[in-house]
Amino acid sequence: MWRTLIALLFFAAHPALAMEEEIVLGLSQDRVAITSTFDGSDILVFGAVKREAPIPDAEPLEVVITVSGPSEPVMVRRKEEKFGIWVNVDSVLVDSAPSFYAVATSAPFNEAISHTEDLRYKVSVPQAIRSVGADMNVQNAQEFAEAVIRIREADGLYSLREDTVAVDQQTLFRTSISMPANLIEGDYKTRIFLTRGGKVVSQIVTDIDVRKVGLERFLFNLSRQQPAIYGLMSLAIAIFAGWGASAAFTVLRNR
Amino acid sequence: MQIYLPIAEVSVNAFLLLGLGGLVGVLSGMFGVGGGFLMTPLLFFIGIPPAVAVATEANQIVASSFSGVLAHFRRRTVDFKMGGVLLVGGLTGAALGVVVFNYLKSLGQVDLLVKLCYVVFLGVVGGLMFIESLNAIRKSRRADGAAPPKRRQRGWVHALPFKMRFRTSGLYISALPPLIVGVFVGILSAIMGVGGGFIMVPAMIYILGMPTKVVVGTSLFQIIFVTAFTTMLHATTNFTVDVVLAVLLLVGGVIGAQVGTQIGTKLKAEQLRVLLAMMVLAVCGKLALDLLLQPAELFSLGTEGGH
Repeated sequence: MWRTLIALLFFAAHPALAMEEEIVLGLSQDRVAITSTFDGSDILVFGAVKREAPIPDAEPLEVVITVSGPSEPVMVRRKEEKFGIWVNVDSVLVDSAPSFYAVATSAPFNEAISHTEDLRYKVSVPQAIRSVGADMNVQNAQEFAEAVIRIREADGLYSLREDTVAVDQQTLFRTSISMPANLIEGDYKTRIFLTRGGKVVSQIVTDIDVRKVGLERFLFNLSRQQPAIYGLMSLAIAIFAGWGASAAFTVLRNR
Repeated sequence: MQIYLPIAEVSVNAFLLLGLGGLVGVLSGMFGVGGGFLMTPLLFFIGIPPAVAVATEANQIVASSFSGVLAHFRRRTVDFKMGGVLLVGGLTGAALGVVVFNYLKSLGQVDLLVKLCYVVFLGVVGGLMFIESLNAIRKSRRADGAAPPKRRQRGWVHALPFKMRFRTSGLYISALPPLIVGVFVGILSAIMGVGGGFIMVPAMIYILGMPTKVVVGTSLFQIIFVTAFTTMLHATTNFTVDVVLAVLLLVGGVIGAQVGTQIGTKLKAEQLRVLLAMMVLAVCGKLALDLLLQPAELFSLGTEGGH
């Protein structure tokens, strides 16, 4: 509380500070192509801080970077023992949870950004999940949102990577965000925050475009637009492969 | 070598899929079961979304059954007439089964019912078959290899009207029992998402009294049509058939089915049945444990409306 107040006073005294430091951003790639052999991808996020004035001798500059996949509602179910067997007893619909979420910081998370700023900009993993529509008769609805985080962290989809952003001379920063192989398509929103003393002084948003290409694209589109043809094609391949193997074995045996 | 599957939207090892396909293919050729009851849980285990696993599995079974049935066709161990009657029942049953499935879905808990179905049917079928075939083996040992001539059962099955002659099976029975068996298996296969061979094969042996050699080919013949029907249903309504996954599984599967058919001809019918029974019981035990033991993660994620 006191920290926040002091920070507020500090910024009241220096109203122009937020404008003084600006991010110039670079990405090693702004699109990820999902091909047949796609096996995850590492994206290098780098940039510099542009400023007209000399480096303010306030608290050191920290950088927080988030990459977030498309958000979707998720149905979370909980099991309980009933009549000796484990069955789903209740469920909560989490309104919106990103399919992928990575946070990289240049310092331990609590030092890099204050709790208030986390709430305001929705930076940390729990903030990225929105769940309000819990049933009135479900107790501990919070547990369901925590379960989403726990399960997706285990799958490598959610991560908090502290101290992984390198900051040079309070001006240059860079980090590498690794994305797993089980990505879904969409625009991956990438946000970069500059903070001083836990307070966001500048931010920038850009998109990384994750798309299927080539054969993957063709098959996906065909299955959605011409499902009957796609189904018949699958069956034709199956029948042909079955006949082919049988014919090949007959030839082998007769030799 | 990792391969990204376009519909499942996950990346998996291609050789793992080829191996799984091959393994299940061998079983399919040996026993005349589609192998869906084994493959579907295996696919869940390596991280394929359940809806995609069930739909794609149907497509793969078409391939391995077709490959297997050709080998049986050459050996004239397919009873087309019996297969046709079973199929008429099977498709009717599958349509009924979809209605039942949707009704259960509206009640919730469809997952649990599917699992209970598996445990009950696998347990009963596997247990009965295991005991019966062990007895058969013991009897044939006691007779010192020279098994007594098979005595035809003359039970209620033979007292029904609408008699038909099934030459390949050497049977002259009413068309009603095969039709009813077909409907029943069709309903179950629609609910459980499998070809139903593991129920069909014992039913043909014990209820209809068909010779084991003919049973395998006829069951495969019938499964092709039921699973092709299922594949089309999934492809057009749920868009969950992943053709890349299917191709990888079926390349292994069709080769495995040929190998399995060869092994099947070298084993005695009783040995074949004991092996199938043991496998069915193993899967049943695994599923039962899943229900009885406390899972490590009590929560599970799903999409809205899906199961």
